[in-house]
Amino acid sequence: MAKRVGIEVSIAVSEAVKLARAEVIPAYPITPQTHIVEHLSEIIANGDLDAEFIPVESEHAAMSCCCGSAAAGARTFTSSSSQGLSLMSEILYIPSTMRLPIVMVLANRALSAPISIWNDHQDVMVQRDIGWIQTFAENGQEAVDLTLHAFRVAEDRRVSLPMIVNIDGFTLSHMIEPIELPDQEEVDKYLPPFKPRRRLDPRKPITMGPVGIPEVYTEAKVAHDQALKASRKIILKAWQEFADIFGRQYNPVEEYRTEDAEIMLVTMGSISETAMTAVDKMRDEGKKVGLLKLRLWRPFPSLEFRRIAKSAKVLGVIDRCLPPGAVCGPVGEEIRSLFYKVPGAPKVFNFIAGLGGRDVTVERFEEMADKAAAYAKKRPKELYEVIGVREK
Amino acid sequence: MKEIRIHGRGGQGGVTSAELVATAVIDEKKYAQAFPSFGPERRGAPVMAFVRVSDSRIRTREKVYHPDIVVVLDPSLPALVKVSEGLKDGGIVILNTHMDESTVRKTFNLDCRLALVDANVIAREVLGLPITNTTMLGALVKATGIVGMEALEDALDRRFGRLSAKNKAALKRAFAETQITG
Repeated sequence: MAKRVGIEVSIAVSEAVKLARAEVIPAYPITPQTHIVEHLSEIIANGDLDAEFIPVESEHAAMSCCCGSAAAGARTFTSSSSQGLSLMSEILYIPSTMRLPIVMVLANRALSAPISIWNDHQDVMVQRDIGWIQTFAENGQEAVDLTLHAFRVAEDRRVSLPMIVNIDGFTLSHMIEPIELPDQEEVDKYLPPFKPRRRLDPRKPITMGPVGIPEVYTEAKVAHDQALKASRKIILKAWQEFADIFGRQYNPVEEYRTEDAEIMLVTMGSISETAMTAVDKMRDEGKKVGLLKLRLWRPFPSLEFRRIAKSAKVLGVIDRCLPPGAVCGPVGEEIRSLFYKVPGAPKVFNFIAGLGGRDVTVERFEEMADKAAAYAKKRPKELYEVIGVREK
Repeated sequence: MKEIRIHGRGGQGGVTSAELVATAVIDEKKYAQAFPSFGPERRGAPVMAFVRVSDSRIRTREKVYHPDIVVVLDPSLPALVKVSEGLKDGGIVILNTHMDESTVRKTFNLDCRLALVDANVIAREVLGLPITNTTMLGALVKATGIVGMEALEDALDRRFGRLSAKNKAALKRAFAETQITG
């Protein structure tokens, strides 16, 4: 029987990795991911998980080891954050086009400068185009469930892609809350052993990751893009199977009180919970506000998003990342493109909030919903607005 | 939903006491969140930890701005930090102090409900250490009933193993000795 416990989300994620029977874990500690890898090294040292923990000298090495380990056919996990993820950057593009299924949990954190250990999504948005499947967790239960789901999807032979599960640093990683930890038998049923199509084996040598001359490079990249887009079906199927076994249903785009909503806010990650409370308050006041929560970020769930959002008059898309000099935030840009010149499409406004640990409160969500409604009547000069900037 | 803010100094176990309350509440089939004040904490510096307790699912990731309950682990803190900051109307501050009520009110300019216990003396005598994080939970239970003693004792057993007996004794003694005023 699954048991409901009060547990820190980071520890629960490590327990999920243990339940998934990960075999190789190369990792380098960085705040706020630290508790995940600390606890995993403890689990392995205690003999509770038969796995190799590789305490590498940097994140660059961590991801390099992950590539080798996945290529050799081992179930591979790592975890990182912020500057650490940036240090991995050179390697991150490699396992995805090489189709190596690594699972990484990111405790999302701002990027320097100024130095910040606190939460936003800048670290992962910089890595938007690495070609990994990416999901976002809203609470601790989802962090556990999406970690199990990630192994299931990544290692599916029809997918064979690395996968990132994003959990907000501190606001999720350091939170103690009730989480249902599934039992081993159920997880084993959901997650068969990793059987790659090909693996590095000295007895049967093959070459992986050779040079891509101009005659093949384009085709390799197109194949990768197609594989990432085609993974959608398996992602959905794996969520359905998850629901069948564990009773919790996940969707690429989650709706909250969207029935007859004229204004829909769009969120990712843990601020979605506060956003739901804000929507309840605004609904009580008679405002027709709903919420769309993006759970799947890559591949972008265009089909689902269009279907659900098209009934809105206005979308207030909230980014947790400010790309200096850009047209607007990355999520705002994506959704604006999605509806470009679509007849009857909602107007899209982009808000940037919650940078470097700045709290996004109920009042802020109300402010954004009100502004989105006002901007639909009178178009603002800029395509995005940073919320809550102190003037003095 | 009730919100608790715990003031302590880095190393005094404020985060642990938040964790103990939350896990005990969750064991009682209710809902809770516990979290530290996120940041680079230093030993000895004033730090905070937070708990939310609710009968239904908690749907917020906001910080705690208006606590119902404030617990102060260290007697020297109210002179440095405005411990009643943001306290809800009718809220209570639970202090570790050797002072009596009128001295506390005068010295720290507090006009809210108070619960007072000399946790340093209890911790020294029962645990042999002036670490008051578990002792003060006895005062919290006495003053608010936010969690049952039984669930809290189970949480202590899990957290401290063979050391839990002394902590449970300190908890019970603080429960008995806490004075609630105003």
